Amino acid sequence: MDLVLFLTFALISVACALNMALQRHPVSSALSLIGVMVSLAVLYVLLGAEFIAAAQLVVYSGAIMVLFIFVIMLLNAGAERLTKKAGTAHFLGFPLLVILLALSSWVITNATSAAKPVKFGAFTGGGPREVGWELFTRYVLPFEVTSILILIAIAGAYRLANKEME
Amino acid sequence: MSLYDLFPPEFFKLSVPLAGYLILSAILFTIGVATFLFRRNVITVFMAIELMLNAVNLTFVTFSNHFGKVDGQIFSFFVMVVAAAEAAVGLAIILMVFRNRATLQIDDFDTLKN
Amino acid sequence: MDYLLVSIIKTLIIAPLLLATLAYIVWVERKVIAHVQLRVGPYFVGPHGLLQPIADAIKLLTKEDFIPSGVNHFFYWAAPWMGLMFSVTGIAVIPLGPQVEILGVKTNLGLADINIGLLWILGLAGMGVYGIALAGWSSNNKYALLGAMRSSAQMISYELPMALALAAPLLMSNSLNLREVINTQSGFVFGFVPNWNLFTGFQIVGFVVYMICAFAETNRIPFDLPEAENELVAGFHSEYSSMKFAAFFMAEYCNMIIVCSVATALYLGGWNPIVPEPIAQFVPTILFGGAAALLFFHAMNPGRPTDRFSFPVFGVIMAGLALLFLIPVIGPILNSLFWFLGKVGFLLFFFIWVRATLPRFRYDQLMKIAWLFLFPVALANLLLTAFGVTFFQK
Repeated sequence: MDLVLFLTFALISVACALNMALQRHPVSSALSLIGVMVSLAVLYVLLGAEFIAAAQLVVYSGAIMVLFIFVIMLLNAGAERLTKKAGTAHFLGFPLLVILLALSSWVITNATSAAKPVKFGAFTGGGPREVGWELFTRYVLPFEVTSILILIAIAGAYRLANKEME
Repeated sequence: MSLYDLFPPEFFKLSVPLAGYLILSAILFTIGVATFLFRRNVITVFMAIELMLNAVNLTFVTFSNHFGKVDGQIFSFFVMVVAAAEAAVGLAIILMVFRNRATLQIDDFDTLKN
Repeated sequence: MDYLLVSIIKTLIIAPLLLATLAYIVWVERKVIAHVQLRVGPYFVGPHGLLQPIADAIKLLTKEDFIPSGVNHFFYWAAPWMGLMFSVTGIAVIPLGPQVEILGVKTNLGLADINIGLLWILGLAGMGVYGIALAGWSSNNKYALLGAMRSSAQMISYELPMALALAAPLLMSNSLNLREVINTQSGFVFGFVPNWNLFTGFQIVGFVVYMICAFAETNRIPFDLPEAENELVAGFHSEYSSMKFAAFFMAEYCNMIIVCSVATALYLGGWNPIVPEPIAQFVPTILFGGAAALLFFHAMNPGRPTDRFSFPVFGVIMAGLALLFLIPVIGPILNSLFWFLGKVGFLLFFFIWVRATLPRFRYDQLMKIAWLFLFPVALANLLLTAFGVTFFQK
């Protein structure tokens, strides 16, 4: 059952990611990215990370991507023009990327050949209680720092988007 | 009668190797880099960054499962928070740029060139 | 019997019931609003318009599915079903009653029992924006686009105070599982005050904040800016007809059921009765029996000629329901269902009542309420609750 679910959602996520890369219209790309995020949330559940799966749904696909769609609609952006300006990236990019993927896959398979396989239900320490406990004891300083980061980001976004403040 | 009888019992015992999750993450990351390099729309390029962050998150969560510790998940939580902040500021910048230049094509943002 | 089979049976029972409920809420809404405005509402299809939902369904199914020119076909087609899918999926984690034993099978009343039930509902509520946003965008119509933009801004803004308000009762229950949250609210204080978070948890402020946000999340009056008919034609669904239009309606009513169920589970004690046990057992019987008696009484001197025949029939149905609650094995199960669904039904009635009463807010007022009033109040409520939980553990 694990393998079936993993393969299904891995295929969905890769297909959605490819669709995101190939679609010309930003809204289609955004929708495909949402597909990737939702299937990744399912994989997180398979990995025993319930809280992160829910956070993925709430934060990524429920808030960040809504913001993207909102901006695309606000700007009423059409399909993009394809230009030839990034010639170097086109010529060198594909071979280099394929090499990157092959190399990383080779390293991963070699390094984890002795690792025990992932079993659903073997690791149950990803519930809200466990994550919250770690977050507010050991990681309380990084947590506070990120909250300040968020505050600065809100102020920055407000300052940037508010044209009356000129 | 149980519905599980319809399938051979070995079918349910198959588990996923650790490398499966990591290679999936590598594939997603590579697609993200490809989108980042080849696409010409600012918003799509920005979405490629989000895809790469997601791929990295998957690695964090996989290793959290492998080592039986919750720390990897905490890191992916922080990545999400940073991604949210980044999206807010980045989209505000895109709005600003669009207001000044009325385009989303990266090629047209070349005022500082030469 | 195994878990999968039981789940499939439960789904097969709940899915048609849900569809019928969605159809009949429309009837109830039209009736209630009509009576608030001193009209009779739907009256001609069936006794008291009871068959009106079926007529509506046939009408919507057989209507021409018109697709305007210039729309983005894929998204135009997918948007309503996406919205409906996300809202119906949320029903799965709503607990309807305690664990029961039917025919030797122990099972929970409700479809799924997951540890992150509430986060799941919040996540789906966030995803629900896509149906509306894409519908507005793909219609290629400026009013639809305006509605979609309003909706996405509104739903993102109101999700924040809603989540903060919901966090307070969760602090007291120490769990995200809706079933466990309800179980911590059982019992009575001083023998008569129900141990609900609303009363003994002092969550009245949180409850009010949550309900205001729930109106905004479901795009209902007074926050129905996305479909404001006197500004935007019909908002995001201006260009939709036939079953696609019906899908938007079903999604809206399904969302209403979900937010009311969450309010019931978190603030109103779920299936825990409002009166202590020996009396609580007979409350449904008394209520339905009373309704039957009232119907029989009015059938004696009917206001309209058809009532002479329709009222006794409804009276017999009510009396049958009243007797059903007295049967030993089924009685307790129906009793907990009665309390849960009764509370949800009351909240739904409240939604309709507000729709018939309040005018619509202006857009800037809407944003001001969310950020300058609800958000600080919810935050203060959460802080006070945290202090309370720390110092006087409930």
